[in-house]
Amino acid sequence: MARMKFLCDADRCIECNACVTACKNEHEVPWGINRRRVVTLNDGKPGERSISMACMHCTDAPCAAVCPVNCFYTTADAVVLHSKDLCIGCGYCFYACPFGAPQYPRVGNFGSRGKMDKCTYCAGGPEADLGTAEYEKYGSNRLAEGKLPLCAEMCSTKALLAGDGEIIAQIYKERVVRRGYGSGAWGWKTAYRETVAI
Amino acid sequence: MFRELGRLQGRVSIPDAKAATLEQPQGRDWRQFREGWLPWIGALAVLGMLLALFAFYFTKGRIRLDHTEESGTKIQRFNAFERFTHWLTASSFIVLALTGLNYIFGKRLLMPLIGPDAFATLSQWGKYAHNFLAWPFMLGIIFMIVVWLKDNIPNRVDVAWVKAGGGFLGDAHPSAYRFNAGQKVVFWLVMICGIAMSVTGIIMLFPFSATDINGMQITQVVHALIGVLFIAAILAHIYIGSLGMEGAYDAMGSGEVDLAWARRHHDLWVQQQEAKTASGPQIGSRGAVPAE
Repeated sequence: MARMKFLCDADRCIECNACVTACKNEHEVPWGINRRRVVTLNDGKPGERSISMACMHCTDAPCAAVCPVNCFYTTADAVVLHSKDLCIGCGYCFYACPFGAPQYPRVGNFGSRGKMDKCTYCAGGPEADLGTAEYEKYGSNRLAEGKLPLCAEMCSTKALLAGDGEIIAQIYKERVVRRGYGSGAWGWKTAYRETVAI
Repeated sequence: MFRELGRLQGRVSIPDAKAATLEQPQGRDWRQFREGWLPWIGALAVLGMLLALFAFYFTKGRIRLDHTEESGTKIQRFNAFERFTHWLTASSFIVLALTGLNYIFGKRLLMPLIGPDAFATLSQWGKYAHNFLAWPFMLGIIFMIVVWLKDNIPNRVDVAWVKAGGGFLGDAHPSAYRFNAGQKVVFWLVMICGIAMSVTGIIMLFPFSATDINGMQITQVVHALIGVLFIAAILAHIYIGSLGMEGAYDAMGSGEVDLAWARRHHDLWVQQQEAKTASGPQIGSRGAVPAE
């Protein structure tokens, strides 16, 4: 099976936020929740870079480790999903996630955050594939239709890549060689350690 | 401590300020605490205390009440409001402790027994109970300050009490005012832990309104660590107030204790009460002024 990954080429991202918009539209994500976001580092200074960030679908996912009700699971494609039926909205996954991926429909008021929502890699949830129940809770399931996540598919500069880890790594490597300068990818090495096995 | 190290902070065009943190590697430190350290510290504190109490019970047994020395006269030790304060705090504490421990041990102990669905439903209600019963608990802590702070200021009698081993060693009953040094320790423990739990709890009840992601992590660490130690300490308090010492429960149950018992354990307090009530209502009658 494939090992699905996202990769954002910071040398290409132009902060157009189309990935954010596409994600919100595709999954009818409620107001206040951003499964994907674009963060600009060194804004207005030399070396400014923008990175599109969502759930990175970690191999040893911290959200899954700290969840008090074990509502997370990893699919055969190495996509990290969760069950909103089990989620109690404690907010622990947001504390543990290095990428700030988990989102909650409500903020605060006595800790009632509501069920956590995050990027599903356009792969739905535990309900039957492509059903109404799945769509209402998790949005569309493009992976089940044989399509890749929409954010990456419609990226105008192809900064955001999604797909099997080996293939997108190959594409990125070719880019770096062709343009002749270094890696602009933010990802696991910052979140974990230099030695992490991806 | 592990604040700001390696955190990537940027700018976002959405209103959610938290989203501007691109990456926060501190999440892995927090994960290490929650999944690595906390279960061990919690288990050690709670089981260690239970083990110590069992050991104490089986070697020393209950501290008996000598019924031949009972006077038959009762003296009011805690009035209705004091008992209400105690049981308000105590009952909410028990629910808070159980639902709090559920966050750590539930998935390890309870979930394999009842299955993920039932456990998630239980935990959902547990979370609501934890969030909402925090308020009566905090109210109880405030009431405790009002009714008992004045009787819990440490004084010279406490030093003598501690030197005499509190009466646990040997048969001597060292002098004490309304609360002996041991009870004062419990009071200050509840105050310090209770206030620390309240402050960190309120920060978590309104997430990200007072602090950022790393502040929330530190808050949770403090809340969890003090929480398990607090639970362990209160187990000892529950033991000595019920099984450990015969007659101790009556003080907080009916509010009245035997005068002879009171003279042995809180001699100076009884003297104060007698001096005060000599011209007023007599000791033992309903509605006597409890303590000053």
